[in-house]
Amino acid sequence: MKKTIALLTLAAALAAPMAAQAHRAWMAPTSTSLSGNDAWVGFDAGMSNGVFIPDHAAMRMNGLVVTAPDGSSVQPEHLMQGQYRTTFDVHLTQNGTYKIANVMGGVMASYKLNGEQKRWRGSAAEFPAALPEGATDVQATRTASRIETFVTLNNATETVFKTTGEGLELVPVTHPNDLAAGEAASFKLLKDGQPAADLEVTVARGGVRYRDNPEEMTVRTGADGGFTVTWPEAGMYWLNASVRAPAQGDAPGSNASYVAVMEVLP
Amino acid sequence: MRLLPIVVTTVGLAAAAPALAADMTVTVDLPRLNTASYHRPYVAVWIERPDQTAVQTLAVWYQQTRNNEGDGKDWLKDLRTWWRKGGRAMSLPADGVSGATRAPGRQTITVPAARLRGLQPGQYNIVVEAARELGGREVVRAPFRWGGANTADASGSTELGAVRVTVSR
Repeated sequence: MKKTIALLTLAAALAAPMAAQAHRAWMAPTSTSLSGNDAWVGFDAGMSNGVFIPDHAAMRMNGLVVTAPDGSSVQPEHLMQGQYRTTFDVHLTQNGTYKIANVMGGVMASYKLNGEQKRWRGSAAEFPAALPEGATDVQATRTASRIETFVTLNNATETVFKTTGEGLELVPVTHPNDLAAGEAASFKLLKDGQPAADLEVTVARGGVRYRDNPEEMTVRTGADGGFTVTWPEAGMYWLNASVRAPAQGDAPGSNASYVAVMEVLP
Repeated sequence: MRLLPIVVTTVGLAAAAPALAADMTVTVDLPRLNTASYHRPYVAVWIERPDQTAVQTLAVWYQQTRNNEGDGKDWLKDLRTWWRKGGRAMSLPADGVSGATRAPGRQTITVPAARLRGLQPGQYNIVVEAARELGGREVVRAPFRWGGANTADASGSTELGAVRVTVSR
């Protein structure tokens, strides 16, 4: 089961690299903390300058994976891509924390063929076999992008926090569905499974249309990849970090980015 | 050779227009900001009455071209105050008013009295508004008097620096 999901994710990832790198990618849940026998949560996903303001481009959800508290994969429902946002629903039927993630990755390569500069994009599995014979000066970059959020029905659980060791990933120290204004929350970032030290993390709060100051914060990860955010007020928050390492000789470069959306309650 | 009379005429016209000397000058300092992704701000400068109703737009600086993100005019509404108080009723581009975005530093707008022909003597504000992509927005007002030489100073704190209005007569 797991393998199928992974393969599907990979295949999807190749099909749809992110359209607008310059804009901020976000996936915002309608609620994050729910109670009852079951619950529905809707999600809006898009790319824009003002986080959660759908005014630029809808997100392609080819890498969407919803993981339930028991580790199984849940089918999202009512998926619809509009002009400026993609929406879908998730029916929460298990108690605990769900992870909703859009994960994309692959390889970008440039090479020369008969003196001409060429580009190629595809999966890590295809590379480098998919390059034409006679390709020289191959420069490859592995790309990995993860955009995720968490929602919890009744009591919070931590099973979905298991990491894959690929790209940038978040390890919650504070549970992302247990955040309150004025309190500090800690997380760790991993790059390919190792602590991502000295990375800048941007923290932006939604609702920027209704104020003049963006009120963004940046924090840096420590040697263990850890960072702490003290939430100045309640709201929907966007956290982002990215790492770029250029190709060096035969060693491929790497572009990895991570986005989490977290709700801070009063 | 037949061009000569035309050339002479043009020179004659220019010489006969000393009234074009600046009668109001507005300088706006656009601060140099160290951010990861700096974009030049959109800026609007207009005259308003003390009750904050708009009289006339003097300048609006915005992206004059279309790129793959859209047309420069798509973000005029981010100059929220100007847009509400008069920008949305204007037809752009407007001669002598609209122009490209400006770089950080001191920017000068000179307004000949001929362009302010309809302005009754009295008390007004110069309003400067700046809005920046992935940045903030700020509005600065500098009260001045029309109908005699005077100067006015005001200053922003985030998206705008010093604003100075000089009325020369």
